Order: sequence, then structure tokens, then C-alpha cells
Amino acid sequence: MGNIFLLTLCMGAATYLPRFLPLFFFSRKQLPPWLTTWLDFIPVAILSSLILPALVTGGSPRHLDIVTPELAAAVPTLVFALKTRSLGGTVVAGMGIYWLVQRIFS
Amino acid sequence: MKGPGVQAGSVEKWNWAVIREGAAAAWPICLGYLPIGLAFGVVAQKAGLGLVEIGLMSLVVFAGSSQFIAVSMLGAGAGFLPIVITTFTVNLRHLLMSSALAVHLRSAGKGWIALFGYGVTDESFAFNMSLFRQGNWGWRHALVVNHVSNFAWFASSIIGGLGGSLIPPGSFGIDYALPAMLICLLVFQLRGPVYVIVALVSGIAAVLVSLILPGNAYVIIASVAAATTGLFLSKKTGTEKRET
Repeated sequence: MGNIFLLTLCMGAATYLPRFLPLFFFSRKQLPPWLTTWLDFIPVAILSSLILPALVTGGSPRHLDIVTPELAAAVPTLVFALKTRSLGGTVVAGMGIYWLVQRIFS
Repeated sequence: MKGPGVQAGSVEKWNWAVIREGAAAAWPICLGYLPIGLAFGVVAQKAGLGLVEIGLMSLVVFAGSSQFIAVSMLGAGAGFLPIVITTFTVNLRHLLMSSALAVHLRSAGKGWIALFGYGVTDESFAFNMSLFRQGNWGWRHALVVNHVSNFAWFASSIIGGLGGSLIPPGSFGIDYALPAMLICLLVFQLRGPVYVIVALVSGIAAVLVSLILPGNAYVIIASVAAATTGLFLSKKTGTEKRET
């Protein structure tokens, strides 16, 4: 288990480099306008690509799984977020909604 | 580290207010990390890691899915190199996030940027990006958010390693804190029809690719495809966006 420390350090480097290098290079350069526009779409694209597969797929190997409490809770959570635009509120409301939906599903 | 403001209206300096505001704003992220950090602690402890090793991994690696994968690979007797390579590929998506964040760190010194890079996660990235846009939010606030979240991650994984198995999983729907937060952060990013289209393209592409390819390459593939779609759409409609 002594190797764990070395492993942790190497894993740390492996996660750090993709985080640091673009920050370092792109914060010092004037980017072409098309790239700024492209990067402007990255947050919305990343979020959506993280959320949707987590809601509608499951298992290993992955397959479509539409009937999940996660997806059922996502719709009212989304509505709540759209109406309130409150991050903390949505987190708490989402937890409550999910808790309720789980009762219904089980 | 002096320089032009990150954005108009943000004349940010290091002071207690920055630290207080950043820390106060970070609580939804901390709440979201809590169940996952607990779960990681439990899993890691079952895989034979001690508290120091669990805490160190959460501090040094600070990447949820990689840590889970690493621990399960360790349990399966995987070698050193496969674990490091897997960690690297799982976190390649941060290349995209840091590229988008970089424009907001123009006034930060090299040392601060090096420290900032350490704390880039899916959640802190999306959170800070939406606040940068609102103004009154500079890299110092964002840096505080990153580190407060990191502490929450570290602390919850330690608690998980200590006795997280005593906490029944799914209490109070807390497992949904993170998905709910991501949904709200997505809502913050829907700033016009083009963004909605990009979100739909990215989400649908991600689902399709995730069904074909194992792992999480679908995040990068779908995001690149969707952002490119957005770029062409905004060129076509001639939408000029306010940029820094």
C-alpha cells in the first residue's frame, strides 16, 4: 500500500495538467473571435452532456433507461430552476422532489 | 497580479469580503459533494485505503469519478499505469472547461493561475462561469469557491472513511443535490435560443455516444460537436455576443 502515495501523486498530475495548461496558455493570449464564441458555448454544452446521459441511461453496458426516479425528478426540478433561478433553492427543492419521487417509485 | 479588471464592473481585490462572499456562495456545491465524498470514503475504506490515503487522494486528485475508478481498479488488482492513464482520460474534459475559464483569469498572476487550475471541477466551472457573466465576480471569488468546495470534498471523504456506512444511503434525497445543481447551472446558461439548441444537440449527442462508447468520452465528443453547431448557428444568424 506504500505505492498508494506515489499513485496518488501521479493521478494528481494526470488530473492537474488538463486543468492547468489551457488556463495558463489561453489566459495570456488574445483568442480569435470565433474561438471565443466557440468557448462561450462550452459551459452549456458540457452541462447538458453531463446531465442528460445520467438521467436517461443506466447499467453496464449502458442502455437507455427512461423510467427512472432521476428523470422523473428532473422535470419539476428544471421548472423550479427556470422559475426561481436560485441555485441553493433548486438544490434543496430537487432533493425534496427526488425524495418524494423515490417514495412513488418504490 | 494587478491588471485590467476581469470584466467591467469587477474591481476585485483580496480582502475578507471576497473570501466571505466566495465561501458563502459555495454551499450548494458543498452540499452536492457531501453524498459523493461520503460514498467515496466508504468505498475507499472497503478497498483497503487508510484515512490518510483517502484524505490525500481527495486533496491531491480532487476528481470524483477518477477517484472511484481508481479505487475500484485498485480493488481489482490493476497496475499503476492503467490507473493513471484512466485518470488522465477521464479528466480530459477539463481541457475544454479550463479553456473557457481562461478568459476570466487574464488579470491573475501565474502563481494564482497554477492554484486555480487545481480546483477546476465540473461544478465549480459551471458555477463560476455563470457568476463571471453576472459581473461582480472575479477570479479571486472563484478561487475561494474552488477551495471551499475542495475542502468539502476532502472532509466528506474523510467522514465517509471514518463511518459513512452508518449513514443510510439516500437520506433526505441528498443524492440528488448534485444533479439538481447541474440542472440549475444549465438553466443559468440558457441565455438565448442558440444556447437552448446547443444544449439540446449536446444532450442528445451525449446520450447517443454514451450508448456506443464506454467511458466518458461522450462528454467531450458531444460538447465539441454542440459548441461547433452553436458557432455555425451564431455565424449564420450574425448574432454578436458580448465578449471580454
